[in-house]
Amino acid sequence: MSLLLKIVLRNILRNRRRSVMTGSAVAAGSLALLLFGGFTGYIFAGLETGNVQRNGHLTVFHSGYFLFGEGNPAAYGISGYRGVMKMIHDDPVLRPMIQVLTPTQSVVGIAGNFTGTVDASKTFLGIGVVPSDRERMLEWDPYGTRGVSRPDRRMADREENVGLLGFGMARVLGLCGPLRLKDCPPAPDTRPAQDSSASGVNTDVLDLANRGPADPTGAAAGVPQIQLLAATAEGAPNVVNLAVAGVEQQGVRELDDNYVIMDLPLAQQLVYGRGEHKATGIVLQLTRTRDMPAARARLATLIGQHHLPLEIRDFSELNPFYGQVVRLFSAIFLFIALVMGMIVLFAVVNTMTMNVMERTNEIGTTRALGVRRQGIRRQFLMEGMLIGAIGAAIGSILAIAIAMAVNHAGLTWMPPGNANPVPLRVDVLGKPALIVGAWVGLALVATVAALLPANRAARLSVVDALRHV
Amino acid sequence: MAPQVSSSNVVGLSRVSKTYRVGSTDVKALDDITLAIPSNRFSIVIGASGSGKTTLLNLIGCIDTPTGGTLEVCGEDVTRLGDDTLADFRARNIGFIFQNFSLVPVLTAYENVEYPLMLLGMPATPRRQRALAVLEAVGLADHAHRFPNELSGGQKQRVAIARALVKRPTLVLADEPTANLDSTTGAAIIALMRRIQGELKTTFIFASHDAQLISHADEIFVIRDGSLLEHRVEGAQ
Repeated sequence: MSLLLKIVLRNILRNRRRSVMTGSAVAAGSLALLLFGGFTGYIFAGLETGNVQRNGHLTVFHSGYFLFGEGNPAAYGISGYRGVMKMIHDDPVLRPMIQVLTPTQSVVGIAGNFTGTVDASKTFLGIGVVPSDRERMLEWDPYGTRGVSRPDRRMADREENVGLLGFGMARVLGLCGPLRLKDCPPAPDTRPAQDSSASGVNTDVLDLANRGPADPTGAAAGVPQIQLLAATAEGAPNVVNLAVAGVEQQGVRELDDNYVIMDLPLAQQLVYGRGEHKATGIVLQLTRTRDMPAARARLATLIGQHHLPLEIRDFSELNPFYGQVVRLFSAIFLFIALVMGMIVLFAVVNTMTMNVMERTNEIGTTRALGVRRQGIRRQFLMEGMLIGAIGAAIGSILAIAIAMAVNHAGLTWMPPGNANPVPLRVDVLGKPALIVGAWVGLALVATVAALLPANRAARLSVVDALRHV
Repeated sequence: MAPQVSSSNVVGLSRVSKTYRVGSTDVKALDDITLAIPSNRFSIVIGASGSGKTTLLNLIGCIDTPTGGTLEVCGEDVTRLGDDTLADFRARNIGFIFQNFSLVPVLTAYENVEYPLMLLGMPATPRRQRALAVLEAVGLADHAHRFPNELSGGQKQRVAIARALVKRPTLVLADEPTANLDSTTGAAIIALMRRIQGELKTTFIFASHDAQLISHADEIFVIRDGSLLEHRVEGAQ
């Protein structure tokens, strides 16, 4: 061990209580940074998982859909979408990156329940999906967040008239009882007393719905049914029956009260009728999120090469809430880091200033023996750095231990925008860059904090220092 | 008559003055001093408190700079040297013994003695051998691994002497080296320094009031009010 390091270490031990207090401040800073960083990292992972499970990483739309298509999905359908999917699927660059490639169809219209004791209808925002692809997408969980969404097998590819509703939608349509939903009050009977049958308009809607393809599952199985009314691309009204297999609660109430998920062919039937069945979007769920820029670039190249009127959007563009949460927590993390940095800075400055004062005579002696100013400066800088490094290391170990305890405690919490509680986890060990960053950052802050007292020590006049008592 | 600076002298001051500024007042600590201190001698600077003894030693030790005149130490005009060069110069040529011992408290006796050799970049093996030999010479080989707070005043001063001598400097400066010791220990320390000076032919310059120390001196410089009052050469060594 070099003499300098020996002197530094022994001086740290010599002022044990002071060193422990300063090291504790650094450790507390490291602990706070790592625990909050680990928690936010887990939140980001959970949000990303939820988004990717529902929306995939990338979605190919008809040009202009992202800005204008929500109001008229039929006008922005991708014509010949199967060919586009084949082009993507067969691409040797994209294929290894893709876990699920699936079409979706958005549909807006009016949903009604005219069959039971309730006579209710409301507008809906529907999405048509390939159920088996949706199930596979729900299995995407590379961060082990467990439980953002779970595959439930309530929809199947061959059961075209079976779908799911948002919890709020089911409540409004009076399906709490038939679906045996907990915490869901039954809707009051609002039908006129003198006529318990469906009204004239509703009878027409039921008639229209029953002219469609026979439902092989719904009514026969005693599953509650609703009717979905939408305008086709040509502007004609179109009605289908939907057997409601259950609910899928959405985190945002506006969406929950309007959400309908159905089989893709049913959505296409509603929007396009007997015309060409198009798709609103082609969703790509990648195996790894870090492939997203490369996949997007490759997609753009393919679209350009084939002169297709398509555009690409990633999940953060489709769901701005994700970006808002990431920015919010990042800002809070930065704020905490700044506060902790300031605490460490002042603690180390204070300690090192006291050390310099106490060792003024010693500084004079060593300067007289032939140590240069730089040697004195280096000694105090190293002392500050070591206090910072040791404190940050202890903080890191504590943070890992606390994170492991929290992760094994089985705690849950409800993140913003989530409908169901998720496990509360603090992902510290899975973030080596965060651990190293916090450690290096705090050691650096401690070193910078020691710079001022170290310079003061180095500038001391030898004679004045020797005279100091 | 002022002594002449010559090649046999280890220190030469020519019209050296040192003025300190205390508040708005200039205090002249040394006033136009010219003197030469011959090498391989046991020289002592005496004078009343505040006469300028310590200032003179600080200038000779290159830990302070004169405000006027020229100062040669070991043949080098040290007034022209920069701070780092002066530090290196001290490391090579000058050993210090302080009144309050001034050992590095976190280093053992052996490490304190070894320290000056490390500053000179000496390899580990000869460094260790020399440090132990010097500790042996001052009678502290058995206390080599004790820290300063585990040593008596006399033992600390022996360690300080060993530290000053271990690099075999041309010049050893000692400011009141016996002031914090009882008379018996002080006498033993003086005898030790005298013996080592004789063996190593090193130049010792003291600032002291200690009559015992004055009685051992080869050269005595009497300072009063910052001026050289008298230079006496005592009997042969």
